[in-house]
Amino acid sequence: MSNIETLVKTLVEKHGKTRNSLMPVLQGIVKEERFLSEEAMISVACELDLSAAEVYGTASFYTFLDTVPRGKNVVRICKTISCHMKGKDEIIEALENALKVKVGETTSDKKFTLLTANCLGWCHKGPVMLVNDAVYPEITPQKAIEVIEDYVKNTK
Amino acid sequence: MENKVLKRVDYIFQESSVVEVIELITKTFKKTPDDIILDVIDSGLRGRGGAGFPTGLKWRFAKNEDSPVKYVICNADEGEPGTFKDREILETVASKVLAGMCICGHSIGAKEGFIYLRGEYNYLLPHLSKVTDDFNNQLKTKNIDFTVYIKSGSGAYICGEESALFESMEGKRGEPRNKPPYPTISGYNAKPTVINNVETLVYAYMICKMGVEKFKELGTKDSRGSKVFSVSGDTPNAGIFELELGMPLKDFVQDFGDGDTKAVQVGGASGHCVPRKHFNETIIGFEGIPTGGSMMIFNSSRSMYNVLHDYLEFFTEESCGQCTPCRVGCQQLLKGIEAVKKGERKPQYLDELKKLSATMKVAAKCGLGQSVANPFNSIIDNFREEIIY
Repeated sequence: MSNIETLVKTLVEKHGKTRNSLMPVLQGIVKEERFLSEEAMISVACELDLSAAEVYGTASFYTFLDTVPRGKNVVRICKTISCHMKGKDEIIEALENALKVKVGETTSDKKFTLLTANCLGWCHKGPVMLVNDAVYPEITPQKAIEVIEDYVKNTK
Repeated sequence: MENKVLKRVDYIFQESSVVEVIELITKTFKKTPDDIILDVIDSGLRGRGGAGFPTGLKWRFAKNEDSPVKYVICNADEGEPGTFKDREILETVASKVLAGMCICGHSIGAKEGFIYLRGEYNYLLPHLSKVTDDFNNQLKTKNIDFTVYIKSGSGAYICGEESALFESMEGKRGEPRNKPPYPTISGYNAKPTVINNVETLVYAYMICKMGVEKFKELGTKDSRGSKVFSVSGDTPNAGIFELELGMPLKDFVQDFGDGDTKAVQVGGASGHCVPRKHFNETIIGFEGIPTGGSMMIFNSSRSMYNVLHDYLEFFTEESCGQCTPCRVGCQQLLKGIEAVKKGERKPQYLDELKKLSATMKVAAKCGLGQSVANPFNSIIDNFREEIIY
Protein backbone atom coordinates (compact mmCIF):
# COMPACT_ATOMS: atom_id res chain seq x y z
CA MET A 1 0.00 0.00 0.00
CA SER A 2 1.33 3.46 -0.86
CA ASN A 3 1.72 6.16 1.78
CA ILE A 4 -1.28 8.03 0.50
CA GLU A 5 -3.50 4.93 0.61
CA THR A 6 -2.47 4.34 4.22
CA LEU A 7 -3.24 7.96 5.09
CA VAL A 8 -6.67 7.75 3.44
CA LYS A 9 -7.48 4.50 5.25
CA THR A 10 -6.51 6.02 8.60
CA LEU A 11 -8.61 9.13 7.96
CA VAL A 12 -11.65 7.12 6.85
CA GLU A 13 -11.36 4.95 9.94
CA LYS A 14 -11.23 8.07 12.12
CA HIS A 15 -14.15 9.93 10.51
CA GLY A 16 -16.36 7.03 9.39
CA LYS A 17 -17.12 5.43 6.07
CA THR A 18 -19.89 7.78 4.95
CA ARG A 19 -20.29 10.60 2.46
CA ASN A 20 -20.57 13.00 5.41
CA SER A 21 -16.91 12.24 6.16
CA LEU A 22 -15.71 13.43 2.76
CA MET A 23 -14.79 16.96 3.84
CA PRO A 24 -12.85 15.97 6.99
CA VAL A 25 -11.04 13.23 5.02
CA LEU A 26 -10.04 15.64 2.24
CA GLN A 27 -9.03 18.24 4.84
CA GLY A 28 -6.90 15.62 6.59
CA ILE A 29 -5.06 14.82 3.36
CA VAL A 30 -4.44 18.50 2.59
CA LYS A 31 -3.08 18.98 6.12
CA GLU A 32 -0.45 16.28 5.49
CA GLU A 33 0.22 16.65 1.77
CA ARG A 34 -0.81 20.30 1.14
CA PHE A 35 -2.84 19.25 -1.92
CA LEU A 36 -5.06 16.48 -3.29
CA SER A 37 -3.32 14.38 -5.94
CA GLU A 38 -5.25 12.30 -8.44
CA GLU A 39 -4.07 9.20 -6.57
CA ALA A 40 -5.39 10.60 -3.28
CA MET A 41 -8.80 11.45 -4.71
CA ILE A 42 -9.17 8.02 -6.37
CA SER A 43 -8.17 6.37 -3.13
CA VAL A 44 -10.79 8.40 -1.20
CA ALA A 45 -13.41 7.47 -3.80
CA CYS A 46 -12.64 3.76 -3.33
CA GLU A 47 -12.70 3.96 0.46
CA LEU A 48 -15.96 5.94 0.65
CA ASP A 49 -17.59 4.07 -2.22
CA LEU A 50 -18.09 7.19 -4.34
CA SER A 51 -17.18 7.93 -7.93
CA ALA A 52 -13.88 9.73 -8.39
CA ALA A 53 -15.80 12.48 -10.21
CA GLU A 54 -17.87 13.16 -7.10
CA VAL A 55 -14.76 13.45 -4.97
CA TYR A 56 -13.16 15.77 -7.50
CA GLY A 57 -16.42 17.73 -7.74
CA THR A 58 -16.38 18.44 -4.02
CA ALA A 59 -12.63 19.03 -3.83
CA SER A 60 -12.54 21.49 -6.72
CA PHE A 61 -15.29 23.60 -5.15
CA TYR A 62 -13.29 24.66 -2.11
CA THR A 63 -10.43 27.15 -2.15
CA PHE A 64 -8.56 25.37 0.66
CA LEU A 65 -8.80 21.94 -0.99
CA ASP A 66 -6.12 22.39 -3.61
CA THR A 67 -5.96 19.93 -6.48
CA VAL A 68 -2.63 21.20 -7.81
CA PRO A 69 0.71 20.72 -6.00
CA ARG A 70 1.45 23.30 -3.31
CA GLY A 71 4.54 24.14 -1.32
CA LYS A 72 5.09 22.87 2.24
CA ASN A 73 3.85 26.23 3.49
CA VAL A 74 0.90 27.98 1.92
CA VAL A 75 0.98 31.75 2.38
CA ARG A 76 -2.29 33.62 1.86
CA ILE A 77 -2.64 37.40 1.86
CA CYS A 78 -6.11 38.84 2.38
CA LYS A 79 -7.03 41.01 -0.59
CA THR A 80 -10.50 42.19 0.46
CA ILE A 81 -11.29 45.88 0.84
CA SER A 82 -10.17 46.65 4.42
CA CYS A 83 -6.80 44.93 3.91
CA HIS A 84 -6.60 46.53 0.48
CA MET A 85 -6.98 49.96 2.12
CA LYS A 86 -4.32 49.08 4.70
CA GLY A 87 -1.72 48.18 2.09
CA LYS A 88 -1.96 44.51 1.10
CA ASP A 89 -0.33 45.38 -2.25
CA GLU A 90 2.94 46.30 -0.52
CA ILE A 91 2.90 43.01 1.40
CA ILE A 92 2.34 41.02 -1.77
CA GLU A 93 5.11 42.90 -3.56
CA ALA A 94 7.56 42.30 -0.70
CA LEU A 95 6.75 38.59 -0.60
CA GLU A 96 6.94 38.23 -4.38
CA ASN A 97 10.42 39.73 -4.27
CA ALA A 98 11.55 37.72 -1.26
CA LEU A 99 10.24 34.38 -2.52
CA LYS A 100 10.93 35.14 -6.21
CA VAL A 101 7.48 33.97 -7.27
CA LYS A 102 4.28 35.64 -8.41
CA VAL A 103 0.92 35.18 -6.67
CA GLY A 104 -0.34 31.68 -7.46
CA GLU A 105 3.15 30.19 -7.85
CA THR A 106 5.27 27.84 -5.75
CA THR A 107 8.97 28.38 -5.02
CA SER A 108 11.39 26.09 -6.84
CA ASP A 109 12.43 24.44 -3.55
CA LYS A 110 8.72 23.64 -2.98
CA LYS A 111 8.79 25.32 0.43
CA PHE A 112 6.26 28.09 -0.25
CA THR A 113 3.19 28.79 -2.32
CA LEU A 114 2.03 32.42 -2.43
CA LEU A 115 -1.71 33.01 -2.77
CA THR A 116 -4.28 35.71 -2.12
CA ALA A 117 -7.52 35.05 -0.24
CA ASN A 118 -10.89 36.69 0.23
CA CYS A 119 -11.76 38.23 3.61
CA LEU A 120 -9.94 36.36 6.39
CA GLY A 121 -11.89 38.08 9.19
CA TRP A 122 -9.24 40.46 10.58
CA CYS A 123 -10.45 43.69 8.96
CA HIS A 124 -9.68 45.77 12.08
CA LYS A 125 -6.09 44.53 12.09
CA GLY A 126 -5.22 44.50 8.42
CA PRO A 127 -3.31 43.70 6.42
CA VAL A 128 -3.40 40.07 7.47
CA MET A 129 -1.44 37.03 6.35
CA LEU A 130 -2.21 33.36 6.86
CA VAL A 131 0.64 30.83 6.77
CA ASN A 132 -0.97 27.39 6.77
CA ASP A 133 -3.36 27.79 9.75
CA ALA A 134 -1.41 30.48 11.60
CA VAL A 135 -2.63 34.09 11.49
CA TYR A 136 -0.37 37.16 11.29
CA PRO A 137 -2.43 40.35 11.70
CA GLU A 138 -1.20 43.94 11.32
CA ILE A 139 1.63 42.80 9.12
CA THR A 140 4.16 45.12 7.48
CA PRO A 141 6.34 44.20 4.48
CA GLN A 142 9.29 43.87 6.90
CA LYS A 143 7.36 41.68 9.36
CA ALA A 144 6.02 39.50 6.54
CA ILE A 145 9.55 38.75 5.37
CA GLU A 146 10.69 37.99 8.93
CA VAL A 147 7.84 35.51 9.38
CA ILE A 148 8.75 33.81 6.11
CA GLU A 149 12.42 33.64 7.19
CA ASP A 150 11.33 31.81 10.34
CA TYR A 151 9.47 29.27 8.23
CA VAL A 152 12.53 28.87 5.98
CA LYS A 153 14.60 27.96 9.04
CA ASN A 154 11.99 25.57 10.38
CA THR A 155 11.04 23.82 7.13
CA LYS A 156 13.22 20.85 6.30
CA MET B 1 -39.56 56.42 17.84
CA GLU B 2 -38.65 55.81 21.44
CA ASN B 3 -36.89 58.77 22.92
CA LYS B 4 -33.79 57.29 24.44
CA VAL B 5 -30.08 57.39 23.97
CA LEU B 6 -28.71 54.15 22.58
CA LYS B 7 -25.26 53.28 23.76
CA ARG B 8 -22.41 50.85 24.09
CA VAL B 9 -23.16 47.93 26.37
CA ASP B 10 -21.21 44.95 27.65
CA TYR B 11 -23.10 41.69 27.92
CA ILE B 12 -21.81 39.29 25.32
CA PHE B 13 -18.12 39.36 26.23
CA GLN B 14 -18.58 39.07 30.00
CA GLU B 15 -16.60 35.99 30.89
CA SER B 16 -18.39 32.82 31.74
CA SER B 17 -16.87 29.48 32.64
CA VAL B 18 -18.21 26.13 31.47
CA VAL B 19 -19.32 25.41 35.05
CA GLU B 20 -21.34 28.64 35.19
CA VAL B 21 -23.10 28.04 31.88
CA ILE B 22 -23.95 24.47 32.89
CA GLU B 23 -25.54 25.80 36.07
CA LEU B 24 -27.68 28.14 34.03
CA ILE B 25 -28.63 25.33 31.65
CA THR B 26 -29.87 23.13 34.50
CA LYS B 27 -31.79 26.07 35.92
CA THR B 28 -33.33 26.87 32.52
CA PHE B 29 -34.33 23.25 31.98
CA LYS B 30 -36.75 23.50 34.89
CA LYS B 31 -38.94 25.30 32.36
CA THR B 32 -40.71 23.34 29.66
CA PRO B 33 -39.31 23.55 26.11
CA ASP B 34 -42.44 25.45 25.07
CA ASP B 35 -41.91 28.06 27.77
CA ILE B 36 -38.28 28.56 26.78
CA ILE B 37 -39.30 29.04 23.15
CA LEU B 38 -42.02 31.49 24.24
CA ASP B 39 -39.39 33.48 26.13
CA VAL B 40 -37.17 33.66 23.07
CA ILE B 41 -40.12 34.71 20.90
CA ASP B 42 -41.24 37.28 23.47
CA SER B 43 -37.71 38.74 23.69
CA GLY B 44 -37.94 39.80 20.05
CA LEU B 45 -34.53 38.27 19.32
CA ARG B 46 -33.83 38.14 15.59
CA GLY B 47 -30.96 36.38 13.85
CA ARG B 48 -27.66 38.23 14.22
CA GLY B 49 -26.04 36.81 11.07
CA GLY B 50 -27.66 39.38 8.81
CA ALA B 51 -30.99 37.96 7.63
CA GLY B 52 -32.76 38.73 10.91
CA PHE B 53 -35.28 35.89 11.08
CA PRO B 54 -37.07 35.73 14.47
CA THR B 55 -35.08 33.16 16.44
CA GLY B 56 -37.91 31.89 18.63
CA LEU B 57 -40.13 31.19 15.63
CA LYS B 58 -37.35 29.20 13.99
CA TRP B 59 -37.06 27.11 17.15
CA ARG B 60 -40.82 26.62 17.32
CA PHE B 61 -41.01 25.45 13.70
CA ALA B 62 -38.33 22.84 14.38
CA LYS B 63 -39.98 21.77 17.64
CA ASN B 64 -43.28 21.21 15.84
CA GLU B 65 -41.68 18.76 13.42
CA ASP B 66 -42.24 15.13 14.30
CA SER B 67 -38.84 13.50 13.89
CA PRO B 68 -36.69 11.31 16.16
CA VAL B 69 -33.56 13.02 14.81
CA LYS B 70 -33.10 16.79 14.76
CA TYR B 71 -30.00 18.97 14.72
CA VAL B 72 -28.77 22.31 16.04
CA ILE B 73 -26.10 23.97 13.93
CA CYS B 74 -24.03 26.95 14.88
CA ASN B 75 -23.12 28.88 11.75
CA ALA B 76 -19.52 29.99 12.31
CA ASP B 77 -18.76 30.40 8.62
CA GLU B 78 -18.26 34.10 9.08
CA GLY B 79 -17.18 35.29 5.66
CA GLU B 80 -18.90 38.59 4.99
CA PRO B 81 -16.18 41.14 4.25
CA GLY B 82 -15.79 43.43 7.25
CA THR B 83 -17.17 40.91 9.76
CA PHE B 84 -14.97 39.39 12.45
CA LYS B 85 -17.10 39.36 15.60
CA ASP B 86 -17.95 35.62 15.58
CA ARG B 87 -14.24 34.82 15.65
CA GLU B 88 -13.83 36.98 18.75
CA ILE B 89 -16.92 35.47 20.41
CA LEU B 90 -15.64 31.93 19.83
CA GLU B 91 -12.19 32.89 21.01
CA THR B 92 -13.33 34.52 24.25
CA VAL B 93 -16.77 33.19 25.28
CA ALA B 94 -17.23 29.86 23.45
CA SER B 95 -18.95 28.34 26.49
CA LYS B 96 -21.90 30.71 26.01
CA VAL B 97 -22.25 29.66 22.37
CA LEU B 98 -22.30 26.00 23.42
CA ALA B 99 -24.88 26.79 26.10
CA GLY B 100 -27.10 28.49 23.52
CA MET B 101 -26.85 25.39 21.34
CA CYS B 102 -27.73 23.12 24.24
CA ILE B 103 -30.74 25.23 25.26
CA CYS B 104 -31.92 25.21 21.64
CA GLY B 105 -31.41 21.43 21.43
CA HIS B 106 -33.46 20.87 24.58
CA SER B 107 -36.22 23.17 23.30
CA ILE B 108 -36.62 21.56 19.88
CA GLY B 109 -35.75 17.96 20.80
CA ALA B 110 -32.28 17.64 19.25
CA LYS B 111 -29.49 15.57 20.73
CA GLU B 112 -26.66 16.62 18.46
CA GLY B 113 -25.19 20.00 17.65
CA PHE B 114 -22.52 21.04 15.18
CA ILE B 115 -20.35 24.11 14.94
CA TYR B 116 -19.41 24.75 11.31
CA LEU B 117 -16.21 26.76 11.62
CA ARG B 118 -14.77 28.43 8.54
CA GLY B 119 -11.39 27.07 7.44
CA GLU B 120 -9.80 30.50 7.81
CA TYR B 121 -10.37 30.17 11.57
CA ASN B 122 -8.64 26.79 11.92
CA TYR B 123 -6.23 28.36 14.39
CA LEU B 124 -9.16 28.39 16.83
CA LEU B 125 -9.64 24.63 16.64
CA PRO B 126 -7.36 23.52 19.51
CA HIS B 127 -9.00 25.98 21.93
CA LEU B 128 -12.54 25.40 20.71
CA SER B 129 -12.16 21.60 20.80
CA LYS B 130 -10.92 21.79 24.38
CA VAL B 131 -13.86 23.92 25.55
CA THR B 132 -16.30 21.74 23.61
CA ASP B 133 -14.93 18.48 25.10
CA ASP B 134 -15.11 19.98 28.57
CA PHE B 135 -18.68 21.14 27.93
CA ASN B 136 -19.76 17.75 26.54
CA ASN B 137 -18.30 15.94 29.55
CA GLN B 138 -20.03 18.25 32.02
CA LEU B 139 -23.35 17.72 30.23
CA LYS B 140 -22.86 13.96 30.62
CA THR B 141 -22.33 14.27 34.36
CA LYS B 142 -25.64 16.15 34.58
CA ASN B 143 -27.34 13.48 32.46
CA ILE B 144 -28.16 15.94 29.71
CA ASP B 145 -28.32 14.11 26.40
CA PHE B 146 -26.72 16.61 24.04
CA THR B 147 -23.33 16.54 22.31
CA VAL B 148 -21.58 19.19 20.25
CA TYR B 149 -19.21 18.37 17.38
CA ILE B 150 -17.04 20.68 15.31
CA LYS B 151 -16.92 20.64 11.50
CA SER B 152 -14.51 22.71 9.44
CA GLY B 153 -15.11 24.60 6.26
CA SER B 154 -12.54 24.95 3.50
CA GLY B 155 -12.64 28.50 2.26
CA ALA B 156 -15.99 29.12 0.61
CA TYR B 157 -18.03 32.25 1.42
CA ILE B 158 -21.19 30.67 0.04
CA CYS B 159 -21.15 27.99 2.76
CA GLY B 160 -22.38 30.66 5.18
CA GLU B 161 -25.69 30.31 3.29
CA GLU B 162 -27.51 27.78 5.45
CA SER B 163 -28.45 25.21 2.81
CA ALA B 164 -24.99 25.39 1.19
CA LEU B 165 -23.57 24.76 4.66
CA PHE B 166 -25.64 21.56 4.97
CA GLU B 167 -24.43 20.43 1.55
CA SER B 168 -20.85 21.03 2.65
CA MET B 169 -21.37 19.05 5.86
CA GLU B 170 -22.77 16.24 3.73
CA GLY B 171 -19.54 16.14 1.72
CA LYS B 172 -20.88 17.95 -1.32
CA ARG B 173 -20.13 21.13 -3.24
CA GLY B 174 -21.42 24.11 -1.30
CA GLU B 175 -24.29 24.86 -3.63
CA PRO B 176 -27.44 26.34 -2.06
CA ARG B 177 -30.64 24.31 -2.26
CA ASN B 178 -34.04 25.44 -3.42
CA LYS B 179 -36.30 26.70 -0.62
CA PRO B 180 -38.79 25.53 0.51
CA PRO B 181 -38.33 23.15 2.21
CA TYR B 182 -36.76 25.31 4.89
CA PRO B 183 -34.11 23.92 7.27
CA THR B 184 -36.57 23.56 10.15
CA ILE B 185 -38.33 20.91 8.03
CA SER B 186 -35.43 19.50 6.03
CA GLY B 187 -31.92 20.66 6.86
CA TYR B 188 -28.74 18.68 7.56
CA ASN B 189 -29.20 15.05 6.43
CA ALA B 190 -32.76 16.08 5.43
CA LYS B 191 -33.69 16.26 9.13
CA PRO B 192 -35.33 19.20 10.93
CA THR B 193 -32.50 21.58 11.74
CA VAL B 194 -32.16 24.88 13.53
CA ILE B 195 -29.22 26.82 12.18
CA ASN B 196 -28.31 29.98 14.07
CA ASN B 197 -25.46 32.43 13.87
CA VAL B 198 -22.81 32.28 16.64
CA GLU B 199 -23.95 35.57 18.15
CA THR B 200 -27.64 34.65 18.02
CA LEU B 201 -26.96 31.58 20.15
CA VAL B 202 -25.12 33.66 22.74
CA TYR B 203 -28.06 36.08 22.97
CA ALA B 204 -30.47 33.16 23.35
CA TYR B 205 -28.36 32.09 26.33
CA MET B 206 -28.22 35.67 27.63
CA ILE B 207 -32.02 35.95 27.46
CA CYS B 208 -32.32 32.86 29.67
CA LYS B 209 -29.76 34.39 32.02
CA MET B 210 -30.85 38.03 32.28
CA GLY B 211 -34.53 37.45 31.67
CA VAL B 212 -36.72 38.59 28.81
CA GLU B 213 -37.63 41.96 30.32
CA LYS B 214 -34.04 43.08 30.80
CA PHE B 215 -33.22 42.11 27.21
CA LYS B 216 -36.23 44.02 25.93
CA GLU B 217 -35.02 47.17 27.63
CA LEU B 218 -32.16 47.22 25.13
CA GLY B 219 -32.56 48.55 21.62
CA THR B 220 -35.76 49.80 20.03
CA LYS B 221 -39.27 48.47 19.47
CA ASP B 222 -38.36 46.97 16.11
CA SER B 223 -34.80 46.01 16.98
CA ARG B 224 -34.71 44.47 20.42
CA GLY B 225 -31.45 43.91 22.21
CA SER B 226 -27.87 44.71 21.47
CA LYS B 227 -25.58 43.54 18.70
CA VAL B 228 -21.88 43.07 18.18
CA PHE B 229 -20.44 45.31 15.48
CA SER B 230 -17.24 44.81 13.53
CA VAL B 231 -15.82 48.24 12.80
CA SER B 232 -13.10 48.68 10.19
CA GLY B 233 -11.81 51.03 7.51
CA ASP B 234 -11.01 54.70 8.06
CA THR B 235 -11.56 54.88 11.79
CA PRO B 236 -9.35 55.54 14.79
CA ASN B 237 -11.44 52.95 16.71
CA ALA B 238 -11.34 49.79 14.60
CA GLY B 239 -12.46 46.72 16.48
CA ILE B 240 -15.39 44.88 17.99
CA PHE B 241 -18.11 46.77 19.87
CA GLU B 242 -21.42 45.74 21.37
CA LEU B 243 -24.02 48.45 20.77
CA GLU B 244 -27.74 48.70 21.29
CA LEU B 245 -29.64 48.13 18.06
CA GLY B 246 -31.53 50.94 16.38
CA MET B 247 -28.79 53.56 16.65
CA PRO B 248 -28.87 56.39 14.11
CA LEU B 249 -25.91 56.16 11.74
CA LYS B 250 -24.96 59.77 12.52
CA ASP B 251 -24.33 58.82 16.17
CA PHE B 252 -22.27 55.87 15.05
CA VAL B 253 -20.16 58.03 12.74
CA GLN B 254 -19.76 60.57 15.55
CA ASP B 255 -18.19 57.87 17.70
CA PHE B 256 -16.26 55.92 15.11
CA GLY B 257 -15.58 58.24 12.16
CA ASP B 258 -12.28 60.03 11.64
CA GLY B 259 -13.95 63.40 11.06
CA ASP B 260 -13.76 62.98 7.30
CA THR B 261 -16.24 60.13 6.78
CA LYS B 262 -17.65 60.07 3.28
CA ALA B 263 -19.65 56.84 3.41
CA VAL B 264 -20.33 53.80 5.56
CA GLN B 265 -20.90 50.36 4.11
CA VAL B 266 -23.48 48.85 6.47
CA GLY B 267 -23.70 45.06 6.38
CA GLY B 268 -20.56 44.15 4.50
CA ALA B 269 -20.06 43.66 0.78
CA SER B 270 -23.64 42.44 0.45
CA GLY B 271 -24.99 45.39 2.45
CA HIS B 272 -25.77 49.01 1.61
CA CYS B 273 -23.45 51.95 1.11
CA VAL B 274 -24.76 55.01 2.93
CA PRO B 275 -23.35 58.41 1.84
CA ARG B 276 -22.82 61.26 4.29
CA LYS B 277 -26.01 63.06 3.20
CA HIS B 278 -28.10 60.15 4.53
CA PHE B 279 -26.36 59.62 7.89
CA ASN B 280 -29.06 61.56 9.75
CA GLU B 281 -32.07 59.52 8.70
CA THR B 282 -30.42 56.08 8.55
CA ILE B 283 -31.10 53.69 11.43
CA ILE B 284 -28.83 50.71 12.10
CA GLY B 285 -31.40 48.03 12.79
CA PHE B 286 -34.38 46.19 11.38
CA GLU B 287 -36.38 49.42 10.96
CA GLY B 288 -33.54 50.81 8.84
CA ILE B 289 -30.62 48.85 7.47
CA PRO B 290 -30.29 45.43 9.07
CA THR B 291 -26.75 44.16 9.36
CA GLY B 292 -24.70 41.19 10.40
CA GLY B 293 -22.50 43.76 12.10
CA SER B 294 -20.03 44.77 9.42
CA MET B 295 -19.45 48.54 9.44
CA MET B 296 -16.81 49.68 6.97
CA ILE B 297 -15.99 53.36 7.10
CA PHE B 298 -14.61 55.22 4.09
CA ASN B 299 -13.19 58.73 4.22
CA SER B 300 -12.85 61.27 1.43
CA SER B 301 -9.51 59.84 0.27
CA ARG B 302 -11.18 56.64 -0.97
CA SER B 303 -12.36 55.98 -4.49
CA MET B 304 -15.80 54.41 -4.40
CA TYR B 305 -15.03 52.89 -7.79
CA ASN B 306 -12.27 50.86 -6.14
CA VAL B 307 -14.62 49.87 -3.33
CA LEU B 308 -17.31 48.65 -5.73
CA HIS B 309 -14.72 46.95 -7.92
CA ASP B 310 -13.42 45.07 -4.88
CA TYR B 311 -16.90 43.93 -3.89
CA LEU B 312 -17.76 42.77 -7.41
CA GLU B 313 -14.49 40.87 -7.71
CA PHE B 314 -15.33 39.23 -4.40
CA PHE B 315 -18.80 38.15 -5.54
CA THR B 316 -17.53 36.98 -8.93
CA GLU B 317 -15.05 34.70 -7.18
CA GLU B 318 -17.38 33.52 -4.45
CA SER B 319 -20.49 32.89 -6.57
CA CYS B 320 -20.98 29.12 -6.52
CA GLY B 321 -21.71 29.24 -10.24
CA GLN B 322 -24.80 27.10 -9.98
CA CYS B 323 -27.39 29.59 -11.23
CA THR B 324 -26.89 31.75 -14.30
CA PRO B 325 -28.21 35.10 -12.98
CA CYS B 326 -25.55 35.14 -10.27
CA ARG B 327 -22.66 33.47 -12.12
CA VAL B 328 -22.93 35.59 -15.28
CA GLY B 329 -24.49 38.60 -13.58
CA CYS B 330 -21.55 39.16 -11.24
CA GLN B 331 -19.07 38.86 -14.12
CA GLN B 332 -21.00 41.28 -16.31
CA LEU B 333 -21.44 43.89 -13.56
CA LEU B 334 -17.69 43.82 -12.98
CA LYS B 335 -16.83 44.02 -16.69
CA GLY B 336 -19.48 46.70 -17.08
CA ILE B 337 -18.08 49.17 -14.55
CA GLU B 338 -14.58 48.55 -15.91
CA ALA B 339 -15.81 49.39 -19.43
CA VAL B 340 -17.53 52.58 -18.24
CA LYS B 341 -14.41 53.63 -16.34
CA LYS B 342 -12.23 53.11 -19.42
CA GLY B 343 -14.69 55.04 -21.56
CA GLU B 344 -15.46 52.00 -23.73
CA ARG B 345 -19.09 52.33 -22.71
CA LYS B 346 -21.21 55.44 -22.24
CA PRO B 347 -22.15 56.46 -18.68
CA GLN B 348 -25.78 55.52 -19.46
CA TYR B 349 -24.62 51.90 -19.58
CA LEU B 350 -24.69 52.01 -15.78
CA ASP B 351 -28.50 52.13 -16.01
CA GLU B 352 -28.45 48.94 -18.08
CA LEU B 353 -26.29 47.36 -15.41
CA LYS B 354 -28.80 48.41 -12.76
CA LYS B 355 -31.47 46.51 -14.67
CA LEU B 356 -29.20 43.48 -14.61
CA SER B 357 -28.74 43.77 -10.85
CA ALA B 358 -32.53 44.05 -10.47
CA THR B 359 -32.89 40.82 -12.46
CA MET B 360 -30.36 39.14 -10.19
CA LYS B 361 -32.37 40.25 -7.18
CA VAL B 362 -35.43 38.35 -8.37
CA ALA B 363 -33.84 35.51 -10.34
CA ALA B 364 -30.79 34.39 -8.35
CA LYS B 365 -31.28 31.25 -6.31
CA CYS B 366 -29.84 32.42 -2.99
CA GLY B 367 -28.96 35.45 -0.95
CA LEU B 368 -25.55 35.91 -2.57
CA GLY B 369 -26.83 36.73 -6.05
CA GLN B 370 -29.91 38.48 -4.71
CA SER B 371 -27.94 40.90 -2.58
CA VAL B 372 -25.33 42.05 -5.12
CA ALA B 373 -27.82 44.76 -6.09
CA ASN B 374 -27.49 46.30 -2.59
CA PRO B 375 -23.90 47.53 -2.87
CA PHE B 376 -24.16 47.98 -6.62
CA ASN B 377 -27.17 50.29 -6.64
CA SER B 378 -26.27 52.18 -3.48
CA ILE B 379 -22.79 52.98 -4.76
CA ILE B 380 -23.85 53.75 -8.35
CA ASP B 381 -26.72 55.97 -7.17
CA ASN B 382 -24.71 57.93 -4.65
CA PHE B 383 -21.27 58.06 -6.27
CA ARG B 384 -22.07 57.85 -9.96
CA GLU B 385 -19.45 60.42 -10.97
CA GLU B 386 -16.71 58.42 -9.24
CA ILE B 387 -17.60 55.35 -11.27
CA ILE B 388 -17.55 57.27 -14.55
CA TYR B 389 -14.58 59.63 -14.19
